[in-house]
Amino acid sequence: MPTAGYEPWSAERASQIIASHQHMAGATMPILHAIQEAFGFVPDPVVPMIAETLNLSRAEVYGVVTFYHDFRREPPGRHVIKLCAAEACQAMGCQGLADYAEEKLGIQMGETTPDGRVTLEPIYCLGLCACAPSALIDGRLVGRLDRDTIDELVAEAGR
Amino acid sequence: MSVVRIYVPNDAAAVACGADRVAHAFADAFAARGTLVDIVRNGSRGLFWLEPLVEVETPAGRVGYGPVKASDVEGLLAAGMLDGAPHPLCVGLVEEIPYLKRQTRLTFARCGIIDPLSLTDYRAHSGYKGLERALTLGPAAIVEEVFQSGLRGRGGAGFPTGIKWRTVAATQADQKYIVCNADEGDSGTFADRLIMEADPFCIIEGMTIAGIAVGATKGYVYCRSEYPLSILVMEKAIAKARQAGLLGKNIAGSSYDFDLEMRMGAGAYVCGEETALLDSLEGKRGVVRAKPPLPALKGLFGKPTVINNLISLATVPVILEKGGNFYRDFGMGRSRGTMPIQLAGNIKYGGLFETAFGISLGELVNDIGGGTASGRPVKAVQAGGPLGAYLPVSQFDTPFDYEAFAAKDALIGHGGIVVFDDTVDMAHMARFAMEFCAHESCGKCTPCRIGSTRGVETLDKIIAGQRREANLAILTDLCQTMKLGSLCALGGFTPYPVISALTHFPEDFGAAPKLPAAAE
Repeated sequence: MPTAGYEPWSAERASQIIASHQHMAGATMPILHAIQEAFGFVPDPVVPMIAETLNLSRAEVYGVVTFYHDFRREPPGRHVIKLCAAEACQAMGCQGLADYAEEKLGIQMGETTPDGRVTLEPIYCLGLCACAPSALIDGRLVGRLDRDTIDELVAEAGR
Repeated sequence: MSVVRIYVPNDAAAVACGADRVAHAFADAFAARGTLVDIVRNGSRGLFWLEPLVEVETPAGRVGYGPVKASDVEGLLAAGMLDGAPHPLCVGLVEEIPYLKRQTRLTFARCGIIDPLSLTDYRAHSGYKGLERALTLGPAAIVEEVFQSGLRGRGGAGFPTGIKWRTVAATQADQKYIVCNADEGDSGTFADRLIMEADPFCIIEGMTIAGIAVGATKGYVYCRSEYPLSILVMEKAIAKARQAGLLGKNIAGSSYDFDLEMRMGAGAYVCGEETALLDSLEGKRGVVRAKPPLPALKGLFGKPTVINNLISLATVPVILEKGGNFYRDFGMGRSRGTMPIQLAGNIKYGGLFETAFGISLGELVNDIGGGTASGRPVKAVQAGGPLGAYLPVSQFDTPFDYEAFAAKDALIGHGGIVVFDDTVDMAHMARFAMEFCAHESCGKCTPCRIGSTRGVETLDKIIAGQRREANLAILTDLCQTMKLGSLCALGGFTPYPVISALTHFPEDFGAAPKLPAAAE
């Protein structure tokens, strides 16, 4: 199921991406980032392809995909809302905002709405700690977050 | 006729508070009027309560307006902002703002002042003077200069930079590396981010000098993925430096070669630990390595590697330009030079404050930071990130110094200070520290991997009031095991926030206050 803004899965395209990065020293991470940028997630069939190209075991590549929080193995919702959950944002009440967002969207942190519209996730520090609480919405940084901002975001995501 | 110049920061925090919209609103307003105005997207000065801070160049100096919203733009222009006219948002001459004026900016001297991607601007503000002098000194003397400066690692442990460099310089190898640790994952810290976005050439220059000093020809900047704007700015700066012959073969016409590459992390906090970072750069899971061997001897791809925090490397140009002794003259005790302290969380004037070591914690939080943003009393501050101790107000006389903090069982770490008001529940914060460790553990060593999960469970029992005294004893014992038995700082330092919260705020854990004097 292709997600808005991402390319549909194609083994040929994945091969191209892998080939264009394989010359890099320690290429696994740059390849995975590029794959996720193209498809929105790291599809399972990519793992053996990377392993073969870089002369690694499948287990090693699978280990990398699952170790890092950024890499997804399932497509995300059409909008991704990441709310900062680290201490500076906690000091400014991010927990209340997270509860509010969960209630508004009817999902828990880490989940996607059943209609595939919104994925809600925690993130640990965007470096906006002096303008807390903060969020990253579809790659856009938001500081001084409040309930109104979340209402706007949810409304925006509904479109 | 000279064109008026205004500055609208392209700093992630300023952008998060609407700087892009402000810049567009100005561009539209000027286009509608047919006025020629040069809009420079500078970095931030680090005065975040004023962001977006728009500055206009006037004969008297740069006049600031902030925090500016896109809807303020027409009003500002009508009031005569381009001539530096008064307006409710006017903060006067930016250089004269006390928050900025009280600072000693050595590492962050150019931040917010220059166009981050203009080499001309960079050179006009002493840029590449450090490299010029380094080229006349030669490798051995560069290392000595850095050693003399007393510069210590700004990432956490505070290890002397000069000693690291000496070790790598003395090691024979066909390839050596310089790795810049820009995996600034501590909550409350944003110094790396700010400098990457405000003065990227400074990092490139520092790494180049490091490369010449130890004989490394290749460098990597490993930046966390949570900083997309920083990565973009750094990549552009690297390309510009390469184009100008300041990276690549025969840098700046010398006989030295040095090139740089940006690499992005993928949301793993543990990759801020130097050996986990190296594994990640090699394309593996970010698992901590046992030391020895030191990265200085066997680092990236098994080769001798200087791995320094970004702030350490960004401080190298000013040390080379002005001399190790100049830098050493700032600070106190064995903490030499200046430290970019980051005031964050529930604080009125949150931002970056670079000053010589020795300033007291209370001065930072109350005098400079203006107390809490909520207006309620301060209860605790966490210094040094998620693995740093919580300090109560009774310890506000502690000077900002590696040894003075260590004496209070606290850490300076990367210089972050997160302020909490009296509504914070310290048992919850202690639980969060354990939960964070469980979430982020690389899994290699048992005390960290299992201890953190058991820590969460034990704290849950304490919070629920189950066999409180017995569980507090278990928690204390567990913390001791993690502290002594963990392979790296993640497991080893998680006890700091937990034990400090318990020691200073026992009432939050349902325990009787042990120190009535400390409760004031």
